[in-house]
Amino acid sequence: MNHLLRRYKKSLFTKLLTAFIIGGATTFPVEGSCQDGKAILNRVDQNLSSRNQIAESSMTIYGRRSSRTITAKSWTEGDQKSFTEYLSPASEAGTKMLKLQGQLWIYTPAADRTIQISGHLLRQSVMGSDLSYEDMMDDRKLSDVYDVTIAGKDTIDSRGVIILELTANVNDIAYYRQKMWVDSERFIPLKQEMYARSGQLLKRAEMKNIKRVENRWYPSLVIYKDMLKEGKGTEFRTNTISFDQQIPDHIFSKASLR
Amino acid sequence: MLELKLAFKNLFGSGLRTWLNVTVLSIAFVIILFYNGMLDGWNMQAQRDTIEWEIGSGQVWHPDYDPYDPYTFADSHSKIPSTISSLIERGDAAAILLTQATAYPGGRMINTLIKGVDPNQKVLKIPSALLIEDNSDPEYIPAVIGSRFAKSAHLKEGDRVLVRWRDANGTFDAREITIVSVFRTNVPTVDLNQIFIPLEKLREMTSMFDEATLIVLSDMAGVPVQQDGWSYKNQDYLLKDLKDIMAAKKGGSFVISGLLLAIALLAIFDTQVLSIFRRQKEIGTYIALGMTRKKVVGIFTIEGTTHSILAILLGMAWGVPFLMLLQKTGIPMPSNADQAGIAIADKITPYYGAGMILTSVILVVLSSLVVSYIPTRKISGMKPTDALRGKIV
Repeated sequence: MNHLLRRYKKSLFTKLLTAFIIGGATTFPVEGSCQDGKAILNRVDQNLSSRNQIAESSMTIYGRRSSRTITAKSWTEGDQKSFTEYLSPASEAGTKMLKLQGQLWIYTPAADRTIQISGHLLRQSVMGSDLSYEDMMDDRKLSDVYDVTIAGKDTIDSRGVIILELTANVNDIAYYRQKMWVDSERFIPLKQEMYARSGQLLKRAEMKNIKRVENRWYPSLVIYKDMLKEGKGTEFRTNTISFDQQIPDHIFSKASLR
Repeated sequence: MLELKLAFKNLFGSGLRTWLNVTVLSIAFVIILFYNGMLDGWNMQAQRDTIEWEIGSGQVWHPDYDPYDPYTFADSHSKIPSTISSLIERGDAAAILLTQATAYPGGRMINTLIKGVDPNQKVLKIPSALLIEDNSDPEYIPAVIGSRFAKSAHLKEGDRVLVRWRDANGTFDAREITIVSVFRTNVPTVDLNQIFIPLEKLREMTSMFDEATLIVLSDMAGVPVQQDGWSYKNQDYLLKDLKDIMAAKKGGSFVISGLLLAIALLAIFDTQVLSIFRRQKEIGTYIALGMTRKKVVGIFTIEGTTHSILAILLGMAWGVPFLMLLQKTGIPMPSNADQAGIAIADKITPYYGAGMILTSVILVVLSSLVVSYIPTRKISGMKPTDALRGKIV
């Protein structure tokens, strides 16, 4: 599950936090050029990147009538390696997910089988959440696949934000356009919206409970919502997280799935 | 001839017992005709509707297309082979492009399949002619849907519903479509969760220009030359599921027919056993007068079998008007009868084919012949003197 949070970290938070540390938040021009926007993304990406991380997190999926919470522990190294073990509820406990260099395997204890998620299976929902496997598999940097412009300033939860507009410059991408609200002091995204080619708003992510973790700002709660359907969406909550730990190599091997 | 005369004389002499047997057997006979007629009528209607609404005279599939695996839909599209393009230009075939999508009627999420069809096609009965685009509004997407989908999604003519899909590159797009018509069809597989929009509009929406997933052929198309891996599927292949279901239903009808016949034939069997027991002196007299045992067995067997002939005549007397009335009015089906996914109309019109009637007649006569003969075998082993004294059984 922490794949999901990780994905957002990579794409949003990371870049902005870096910008804060290196460049000084309030000095970005509001009507910036494309180059300025790209610089923000690059620096946030650099800042939030860690050698590795270990996290325990929970994902709450809100349905029409009820909700369910799934907890998991994740080990992540760079962008390419990640291993997650689901801890609860009992129906999901023991399910493991391994991501290695763009490939994804899932082990299900009930079936005692490891299957590779590929092709169009990647478009399926992760554990019934509002995210797809594909959402968490896209490792490309936003600055590589989007042209970025600074669209203006705003305020979210009493914090000044810079609004970035991202327009895809490649064809094979899920969201043609994105909009991002970045904390202008901490340089961490507080809100992100994903749009269809037609301009229709499809999904929204809101990052809350920004905390200082070691030397980083980190959103411990992400609310992700499919804007086309009713419901409260999916909440990703990071309960504990630690960076740059010693992770044995065998964690990121298929043998660790069983 | 003498045996026949005696058989009929004895049979009619039995009075009420004979007519009770005949009545029971006639009911069984008519019900067998009714049930088989209903199945045959359903089978014919289902095949006809499936051909008219879904499969045409055959189809040509994209190499990757597998209707049973929705995961193949996203990749099963490419330019149409030239040999088939010419058929489409002549109007002897219709191209269909498939795209998986998600519809959001009233905030709910429903997985759907968008089918692009040529508004000018005449191969299928889908009312594609209603898919008239508005040249002044490029965002306008007309759509027709089936009544089942309309009901489940709470949509009606004139409604607008947001639909999200991915283009050929996997990029999300979403727009509102306008329901221009809700059609009724007996074929649920062209109805449930399916949205029909103009082919060129879907090609533009998905960046799949000049592409298709499958081609539906008309009667005039013949068997096209297969090219670029596209494969031809004939009607037998496309109707296989339906025929398999019907074969299973026929199996069920044999069981029901067998049970009904067994009840009726049991009465004849009992009558035969009783006749031989009560008419021992008569049997002894026949033999004493010079009739062979074989002929006596024949008399009793003919007596029993005649029940079936009378039953068929009686069954025709009351069954023909009854069955014809059902054929005229149709047999109403429950509203959820098509939930299994096979074509079924609101009313089934039974079909009583000559073959089915003849088979049923032969089945009734032969089975009554067998049950009439079995009890009479005892006559073969009797002594005339014992028979005259009533001591053969």
